[in-house]
Amino acid sequence: MDAILAQLLNGLDKGGAYALIALGLTLVFGTLGVVNFAHGALFMLGCFCAVVFRYLLTIETVTIDPEQLSPWGAPVELRTPLVQDWLGDWGAFLVDYSVPLSVLFAVPVMLVIGIVMERGLIKHFYKRSHAEQILVTFGLAIVLQEIVKSFFGANPMPQPIPSDLRSAADVGAWFGMEAHTLTYPTWRLVYLLFSLGVIGAVFAFMRYTTFGMVVRAGMADRETVGVLGIDIDRRFTIIFGIAAVVAGVAGAMYTPLLAPNYQIGMDFLVLSFVVVVVGGMGSLPGAVVAGFLLGILQSFASMNEITSIIPGIDQVIIYLVAIVILLVRPRGLMGRSGVMES
Amino acid sequence: MFSFTRKQFTMLVVFTAIVLTMPIWLSPLGAAYPGLMQKFVIYAIFAIGFNILFGLTGYLSFGHAAFLGVGSYTAVWSFKLLSMDMIPALFFAVIFAGIFALFIGYFSLRRSGIYFSILTLAFAQMSYSLAYSVLTPITNGETGLLIARDDPRAIDTMLGVGQSTSGMPMPSLMGFDLTGYSGFYICALVLIVCFFVSQKIFASPFGMALRCIKSNQTRMMYTGFNTKPYMLTAFVISGMFAGLAGGLLAVTDPIAGAERMKWTESGNLVLMTILGGVGTLVGPVIGAWLIKYFENIFSAINTNMLNSFFEFLPDGFQSVMVTVMSKFVGEGWHLTLGLVFVLIVVFLPGGLVEGTERLMRRFRRSSDKPRSSVSSAASEERS
Repeated sequence: MDAILAQLLNGLDKGGAYALIALGLTLVFGTLGVVNFAHGALFMLGCFCAVVFRYLLTIETVTIDPEQLSPWGAPVELRTPLVQDWLGDWGAFLVDYSVPLSVLFAVPVMLVIGIVMERGLIKHFYKRSHAEQILVTFGLAIVLQEIVKSFFGANPMPQPIPSDLRSAADVGAWFGMEAHTLTYPTWRLVYLLFSLGVIGAVFAFMRYTTFGMVVRAGMADRETVGVLGIDIDRRFTIIFGIAAVVAGVAGAMYTPLLAPNYQIGMDFLVLSFVVVVVGGMGSLPGAVVAGFLLGILQSFASMNEITSIIPGIDQVIIYLVAIVILLVRPRGLMGRSGVMES
Repeated sequence: MFSFTRKQFTMLVVFTAIVLTMPIWLSPLGAAYPGLMQKFVIYAIFAIGFNILFGLTGYLSFGHAAFLGVGSYTAVWSFKLLSMDMIPALFFAVIFAGIFALFIGYFSLRRSGIYFSILTLAFAQMSYSLAYSVLTPITNGETGLLIARDDPRAIDTMLGVGQSTSGMPMPSLMGFDLTGYSGFYICALVLIVCFFVSQKIFASPFGMALRCIKSNQTRMMYTGFNTKPYMLTAFVISGMFAGLAGGLLAVTDPIAGAERMKWTESGNLVLMTILGGVGTLVGPVIGAWLIKYFENIFSAINTNMLNSFFEFLPDGFQSVMVTVMSKFVGEGWHLTLGLVFVLIVVFLPGGLVEGTERLMRRFRRSSDKPRSSVSSAASEERS
């Protein structure tokens, strides 16, 4: 029982990442009708927002302390980040919490990147076929990847978890179980809560703001909304920016769990497309549900008990589910009928 | 079967001439060594096969690298178990890739559009992950499948063909060595045959049916035409071409690794086809050659070469140019590739073939213009 609960939790944090990426993909697809293969690259850019943010925070001065000598007789180098110099303990706190704080940095950056991308390239592809959209965004993804590679190299760049959150949370104890029966890394729990928060925010935004209402109306019938005198294209551009932000913050927070390199987006892209398809093209709740569902499925499939029965199932379970869903129910779990069905 | 219009025949002859004289016209370009030319030829076969599916039917498969991988593995296994001869290796590579394509195609073709792309992608990724993990006894995992001196090689032992030389056995054709130029010419012959086949398919009623499916599948079905078997045949044929290419890769270098099956490889294949021109006969070949050529040339350029190239510029300017350009060559040549690709899709969706056609048309029009203005002037005079 404990093992099952542990796997459930394990799946939830991975599912959170899948759900966030799939949510962005679905937003773009539902509003603009564009199949965005560059969405994984946006996730990757988010990861590197965290890397850059930490780099900026830890620009440091090196002074040589003549009093102290290291055991092998060399003078000790004192490295103090400038931030710490200026702000004291506050600065140390900033450096320690660089990853969660980088979300604040990632939001404006990703918003700008998303809007520039949409205005500069994607907008020319609304009228073209889906195949051409796939191709151009695939090319764009390669370009973005290579730009990142030329700046940061090809090695993964691990990011530290804030020291307060490095421990394991005793999740079992919160629910009245015995202590230490079910523990879970705190950061993963934070990620799960964070992803739930972002998802909730996006849904609330779409549901309860005028802007969201207009966008939903535009998703249903773009022309009519345009005829009513609303500049729907501009709203859709902003929605593209928001999708980029969602992918970006998902990436920034994921960096301590998986050290990012320039290819991280591609691996997530394929999976998140599968998630979108399983959830149903164009359905926001579908993307979220399918994201968590597939995350949980994957973590259950990687249990030893399962892999000993069907070896290798953990590698392919997601694709298998996707294939079955596509063949049996092409509109996905919660897809509207008539969206890209043939 | 062998009836040809004059135009097609000329095309085939010109193509043959171009392929066979590759060592001559590639030497000023600095690419006339056999290993690279074999790559040119093999990837051209791969792209031709992909074009039969994507170019004719418009179904964008993102999983063709899987067939290439299957072809490679089969060929190496044939080297290990049967014989070092390339004929059984290629034969089995094509057959197995075809069976594999039949299986994947049967399921994937139930959906169209983006769903088809994602289905093929899912299947290919599945085979890729399996090749790395569970199928390690067959694929030898990350190391890649290698031949060894003491493999059984049933046919070779039966015929008493022993490896006389010391060292690793090498693939051969009826006892001929396949290293260097002879290897290239064998591959080139295969490419010419493949080009011929694709020409025939393009000109056949079958090819016409596929094009009809591309332009309007629903209407095709309303006319009482069952499109499924046609699509499946096209898918299998294109998978077999990929298997053949994979087999040839194993012939030129008897090792097969799972990284050939990764979906970015399928992406590269799509790049090649689009760059040259989808749905044209020679487009994919040109695309494959260009990409493989630039991969070799661009990735070999380093900062020293750039420095000497920009020597004529003033000092500060030179270093700026070198820093900027060095991002686009060497390790970063993929950046150039991606940029070129985006530009092609945006401005020239028909690829280079369409681009040249447009240019030709413009030239013709500009040379026509003076004459037409003269004639109109003449007609005005008459009236």
